[in-house]
Amino acid sequence: MLRDITLGQYYQADSVIHRLDPRVKLAATVLFIVSLFIVDNFVGYIIAAIFLACMIKISGVPFRYMIKGMKSIVFLLVIAVVFNLFLTPGEAVLSVWKLKITKEGIRIAVMMAIRLVFLIIGSSLMTLTTTPNNLTDGMEKMMSPLKIFHVPVHEVAMMMSIALRFIPILLEETDKIMKAQIARGADFESGNLIKKAKAMVPLLVPLFISAFRRANDLAMAMEARCYRGGEHRTKMKPLVYHRRDRIGYLIIFAYMAVSVCFGRILKIPFLNI
Amino acid sequence: MGIIETKKLIFEYIRRDEEGNVEGITRAVDEVDLDIRQGDFIAILGHNGSGKSTLAKHLNAILYPTEGTVWVDGKDTMDEACLWDIRQTAGMVFQNPDNQIIGQVVEEDVGFGPENMGVPTKEIWERVEESLKAVGMYKYRKHSPNKLSGGQKQRVSIAGVIAMHPKCIILDEPTAMLDPNGRKEVIRAVRALNQAEDITVVLITHYMEEIIHADRAVVMDKGHVAMQGTPREIFSQVGKLKELRLDVPQVTLLAYELKKSGLPLPDGILTCEELAEALQSVE
Amino acid sequence: MAIILDHVSHIYEEGTSMETAALRDVNLVIPDGQFIGLIGHTGSGKSTLVQHLNGLMKPTSGNIYYNGEDIHEDGFDKKKLRSKVGLVFQYPEHQLFEIDVFKDVCFGPKNMGLEEKEIELRAYAALKQVGLADEYFYQSPFDLSGGQKRRVAIAGVLAMKPEVLILDEPTAGLDPKGRDEILDQIALLRKEAGITVVLVSHSMEDVAKYVDRIIVMNQGSVMYDDEPRKIFRHYKELEEVGLAAPQVTYIMQELRERGLDVNTDAITVEEARDGILKALAAKGRDIRKA
Repeated sequence: MLRDITLGQYYQADSVIHRLDPRVKLAATVLFIVSLFIVDNFVGYIIAAIFLACMIKISGVPFRYMIKGMKSIVFLLVIAVVFNLFLTPGEAVLSVWKLKITKEGIRIAVMMAIRLVFLIIGSSLMTLTTTPNNLTDGMEKMMSPLKIFHVPVHEVAMMMSIALRFIPILLEETDKIMKAQIARGADFESGNLIKKAKAMVPLLVPLFISAFRRANDLAMAMEARCYRGGEHRTKMKPLVYHRRDRIGYLIIFAYMAVSVCFGRILKIPFLNI
Repeated sequence: MGIIETKKLIFEYIRRDEEGNVEGITRAVDEVDLDIRQGDFIAILGHNGSGKSTLAKHLNAILYPTEGTVWVDGKDTMDEACLWDIRQTAGMVFQNPDNQIIGQVVEEDVGFGPENMGVPTKEIWERVEESLKAVGMYKYRKHSPNKLSGGQKQRVSIAGVIAMHPKCIILDEPTAMLDPNGRKEVIRAVRALNQAEDITVVLITHYMEEIIHADRAVVMDKGHVAMQGTPREIFSQVGKLKELRLDVPQVTLLAYELKKSGLPLPDGILTCEELAEALQSVE
Repeated sequence: MAIILDHVSHIYEEGTSMETAALRDVNLVIPDGQFIGLIGHTGSGKSTLVQHLNGLMKPTSGNIYYNGEDIHEDGFDKKKLRSKVGLVFQYPEHQLFEIDVFKDVCFGPKNMGLEEKEIELRAYAALKQVGLADEYFYQSPFDLSGGQKRRVAIAGVLAMKPEVLILDEPTAGLDPKGRDEILDQIALLRKEAGITVVLVSHSMEDVAKYVDRIIVMNQGSVMYDDEPRKIFRHYKELEEVGLAAPQVTYIMQELRERGLDVNTDAITVEEARDGILKALAAKGRDIRKA
């Protein structure tokens, strides 16, 4: 059933990583991804793998949840690998028909695959250990310097968290309208693309009307509860750094230093493939 | 002066056709005078389209009068400087439980009002706790609103309003989308607030059994106040209520029918016990 | 000819820790022409049950037969079933989508692949059946009042000429007069068209005077299945599961306890009035005799 989809993919557990300030996790994720692209040898990737493995272990989230996120990028991964494999010029290792696989191609393809996989696992780890709400809070706070340039940071964050609240409701509603139209003989499955697109009208029109009605109601309810934008507002759950967050920053910077040193700057000859 | 007062309140809206030409003017609220005292429990009744919801939306400055005046706690709702004071004094609960909950966790939703008012963090937590306890939803504070029943969602909405420490709470058909159990839950919570916390309650509804405990009932029709009085006075006029597209509890109707058949019964019987006692004295 | 439910269960997430039974072992026969009230509080399984009757949901175990055929057998025409067993959802006005009322009502018959002429005839007849005045036919459905929208939505299902009409809470959100109008209209329709009607509700009081039979659902099972008067005798048990008998039942019970010999089976105010007058007259005679 549609309503069983939980948005975001938060995995409830009680670990240090779960309790970390969302800003630390956001920063760490960004830095980790950056490190993946700075690093250009396999020592760097071994360091990244060890770092990631430790974090997963600490988070207490079962590894299979990380793999879940991978399914959506399998296609992208295959394309990236195939392209790099066949289209990188260099010393040919194997030629099939007009295509040749080069030594450089293999190296780049493998690196690309590792980068993508680590990137997905790293960001999944963040979304699995942070509630969507917490995440929006963190983003709002981190982006708040942008307010100087009149970027509506608070409004965007509020919109995101309202969207998160209403997505399950609208999914349920979609399910209901769909059933109601099927009961009137509508057919959402058969036919060609044009026919299918046409069949969506009886679903989409009521859904849009309902979404607008809800938005209207919600705006009124928010106003009635004195909502007037981000100014004068206090927070029920303000973000405050604790000791663990400072340690978190230390660890991620230490990782960055180690990974850049061994992955890019220092070349250890016998390990350098 | 009462907590809420309206004087010759008129609200008109302009109907337009597809090209935007004026088709006509509809008067949704027509010269309504109300005087609600602190601590009162007022029920506003009326069929769909009688103007009762439009009236309600004037009481916390969501709509503004076309003519006439509304005062909330002595402040004119047209005075923009008082807008946020008024909305804080007169909190509002709406019909659809899904469309008024903003937070993704019950406690966060209840904290939304105080956050907007700039209440310090520590006090927000205190207010959230006391409000959730007042409506009996404290043990659900960590739940997602999506997993609650309709009655529970409405109680969360009520808590969200109480956390703003209003003097008055206006409920615009809070039970219209609920099942009988949910309706009872909500009405029980509202009555408790009125009695224990002395919060003024304005309950808008078309369920007649919900008004039995009100101090005063106002019946709306075509934007006018058609009837006004205690529930008993209102219920004694069964014929008139039927004309206004409303009905009465079965027991009141039965007493009315028996009276028409010649039994000497008093007017406006509200409960089974009252009817039984009245019939015993007839015997 | 009837709908038969044979040991129907519907269990979500079977075999996991989240297992919940929406329906358990439901056995029912819905014969032609009956007017049935299906009562239960929210979450009792009544809405799940009606979605099984037209094949929108498939039981996790058990079988459903329509006119003797298993509706989940390969080759069974579900689309045809849905035109024969019409289901009007709760707040059906939320599924209106066409630019005018008439077109919206045409949607069902059009999906059945009927001829243009027949489609229009049916739409017209259906709108008449729900008592909507001609002047609204070419208006946008979104400009109508709540009660009118609901009539249009019901007409949308009626235009498929169903043999069985199921309505899930058709009076939700309407005011008392609107509620009575819709229910009277359904009762009239049933009388004139002779179709089977299943009315889903959480109010005994609303359905009591209309239906021949009441099915009470609780926690996914059928709790009672009988004619209304007999159901209301269980008013105490009904209360335990969060349902209430009509108020007249309580009045009559109260009077009887206080020594007035009334027939406690009254289900409408008129019956109660006559019962009380009769009992009082009898009592008066006794007193005079003594």
